[in-house]
Amino acid sequence: MTKAFRPATSAAPDPVPPLEAGRPAVELIAIDKRFGTVHANRGVSLAVARGTIHGIIGENGAGKSTLMSILYGFYEADGGEIRVNGRPTPIRSSADAITAGIGMVHQHFMLVDSFTVLENVMLGAEGGALLKDGAARARRELERLASEFGLNIDVDARIGDLPVGDQQRVEILKALFRHCEVLILDEPTGVLTPQETDQLFRILRALRDRGVTILLITHKLKEVLAVTDHVTVMRQGAVVGDRRTADTDAAELAELMVGRKVRLDIDKAPARPGQAALMVENLSLIDSRGVARLSEVAFALRSGEIVGIAGVSGNGQSELLEVLAGMRAPTSGHIRVGDTEISAARPADPAGMRRLGLAHVPEDRHRLGLVPGFAAWESAVLGYQNDAALGGRFLLSHRAMQQRCAELMRDFDVRPPQPLLGSSKFSGGNQQKLILAREMVYGPRILLIGQPTRGVDIGAIEFIRREIVAMRDRGAAILLVSVELEEILALSDRILVINQGRIVGEVAGTDADERQLGVMMAGCAPDQPPHRASGAS
Amino acid sequence: MDDLFALTLSTLAATIRLATPLILCAMAGLLSERSGVIDIGLEGKMLAGAFAAAVVAAVTGSAAFALLAALLVAVLLSLVHGFACITHRGDQVVSGVAINIIAAGMTVVLGNAWFGRGGSTPDLSPDQRFMPLHLPGAAALRDVPVIGPLYADVVSGHSLLTYLAVLLVPLVWFLLYRTRFGLRLRAVGEAPAVVDTAGISVVRLRYTGVMLAGLLCGLAGTFLAIAQNAAFQREMTAGRGFIALAAMIFGKWRPWPAFFACLLFGFLDAVSIRLQGVVLPGIGTVPVPLIQALPYILTVVLLAGFIGKAMAPRALGTPYVKER
Repeated sequence: MTKAFRPATSAAPDPVPPLEAGRPAVELIAIDKRFGTVHANRGVSLAVARGTIHGIIGENGAGKSTLMSILYGFYEADGGEIRVNGRPTPIRSSADAITAGIGMVHQHFMLVDSFTVLENVMLGAEGGALLKDGAARARRELERLASEFGLNIDVDARIGDLPVGDQQRVEILKALFRHCEVLILDEPTGVLTPQETDQLFRILRALRDRGVTILLITHKLKEVLAVTDHVTVMRQGAVVGDRRTADTDAAELAELMVGRKVRLDIDKAPARPGQAALMVENLSLIDSRGVARLSEVAFALRSGEIVGIAGVSGNGQSELLEVLAGMRAPTSGHIRVGDTEISAARPADPAGMRRLGLAHVPEDRHRLGLVPGFAAWESAVLGYQNDAALGGRFLLSHRAMQQRCAELMRDFDVRPPQPLLGSSKFSGGNQQKLILAREMVYGPRILLIGQPTRGVDIGAIEFIRREIVAMRDRGAAILLVSVELEEILALSDRILVINQGRIVGEVAGTDADERQLGVMMAGCAPDQPPHRASGAS
Repeated sequence: MDDLFALTLSTLAATIRLATPLILCAMAGLLSERSGVIDIGLEGKMLAGAFAAAVVAAVTGSAAFALLAALLVAVLLSLVHGFACITHRGDQVVSGVAINIIAAGMTVVLGNAWFGRGGSTPDLSPDQRFMPLHLPGAAALRDVPVIGPLYADVVSGHSLLTYLAVLLVPLVWFLLYRTRFGLRLRAVGEAPAVVDTAGISVVRLRYTGVMLAGLLCGLAGTFLAIAQNAAFQREMTAGRGFIALAAMIFGKWRPWPAFFACLLFGFLDAVSIRLQGVVLPGIGTVPVPLIQALPYILTVVLLAGFIGKAMAPRALGTPYVKER
């Protein structure tokens, strides 16, 4: 079953404009940057033709974001040259970049939540010491930009009240308002539904057609193939490939990114579900501020199947995991694991859930998965520290713990395999493999996994997904929460869609497609913008 | 009836007088905290300003020089705070507490060394102080019923610094909400990274906010030492900086609500002075310490219960470090 990296039908690549058209809008020549011992950019050279969409793709830590931060003046390069419109242009601060006509849409939006759209757009380009005159001018200019590029937005709305897709438009408007000719977008689609992503790509094409040069940083191959004209691949701080998008494909790009052949699809036998291992009935959760986070959630998780929870982040997935893992008590409803019933009256705790054979790989591994200040061997036993094999309830045997950690590292290919190294010194993928190993080693009957491959390299993604499927085949019931639809589609036997704390639909894994899920995730008809659950972080 | 009216008028006049240092300090705290820098050192800066004003007034005999000295000293202390917290990203509360301790200690030590009066400075004559101003027409209008005494006894008869304090409220409001500087200052207190990526210097903005706070604390100190009183006494600020901080939080970091909170605290202060020795029916004499504690008790009650979740600037207390 090959589901991964299928381009969305509506987002077929446009014809490539000839690259010879004019001088490059931006040239980076031999850019070099070190952070301490990390060589983040190694002599990176790159030319971006005017009026094209240029993708920069690479794994986490490949140096793409550093490179763009240098271009936007957030960092200064140790060596190399930046040319804008053929002229050498030193960029030492964001102000220099803005003057040079470079705008950036950051991965974490650079917007003041408590300000209105207008105030955010004006900040730094107020047009005078008093706000009054500039505000009138900005209002007119925003109206013009809105009609020209289809970027409609209520300029008096507070940013915090807008859905993420609209916030992103404000970021784009901010850049256009400053007359940017080059627009950098850093991982712009991570927080968007597929529909919002399509809208974004339409806007980007409209901008390109009016002569704006666009630099799109992403680690999603599908998006590069869908929207770019040209693509540069980075690995370990260096450029390893430069292709016309029309001349390449996902397999080649993935191989360039990782440095070896990668299996993008997962071989997965049909599920053979058995008994229900976990029953959830009418589960609701109201938080301390009175906001309903989960509303009457009900489903059964059977052994030998992977159930994926699809949804835009902040729609209750995190809370669902927390309740199931015993970290939070539900407000009403109950959870049944075997003969044990958990409800508001009889809440569970994480240790109790573990004793019932439920393991949890949390979404936020730095906050909940491990202790960054601990050595790997200490992080590797968290939650299982009372195991008699590790010394028992009162004493801990360092030797046994280190031995355990070494075994986990060997079995799950954690690199470097050094139990004494600090937990925070490992890459995201290796931290995740260690946590997965810790939770899987006792052979849990139920496994909850949140965002298994967030911030994880393609090579490790491949490994982690295979382990999850292997776990299923050994008979575990697996609940998978991920904001990456592609991941949900690749792994799940059944998919539940969550919107504002409600399960709004269920699809068999084999029948699901991205557009259909996207509509359900938005919780409404596709022409209505989806709103995030209020107060979600 | 006439007695009650007179009592009301004098209480209102006292309210305004007692609220003056609170208003100045609350506006100071507002400007600093809106830029994202906690200012728990209002008290210390005000105290140091008061000392500087009293010393310079005693030595030079000029109230104007005294004012300048107070401004200078308070701004210098705010620069120390800025250097610790903005440049070196130190803990803002610790730095503020340190400033309070330094001010409390240094004023007494220097006062003793220079004047040998147990920390106090020499008494000042009226021409060395900011004296009450009589607004034009106050005397003429006094006989007009109600409005006349109200104008003559409540509105008129305050020092220049009191009028300045009241004028500062709309000024600070205008600065915050109607000017480019204000927009940037509010932004840097909410999200410094946004300001940085917009090509504006976070450090410069925060220093400006902190220094403006110093200026206003200097004004407050000057008022205490050479307008309301005629000399410096040790620890004469007596927690007013903290009350102002409470008023600012009570006002949710907004100029007008903070102003009214200051008036409320000033009013309680005025009432507590009036109540001393008064026999209340059924209760008897109210103990003086209890009355004096009233504003503080109210502060705790209000802060704990009534204003709900205070909406602090989001980046308040967090030094800005560029992410890697």
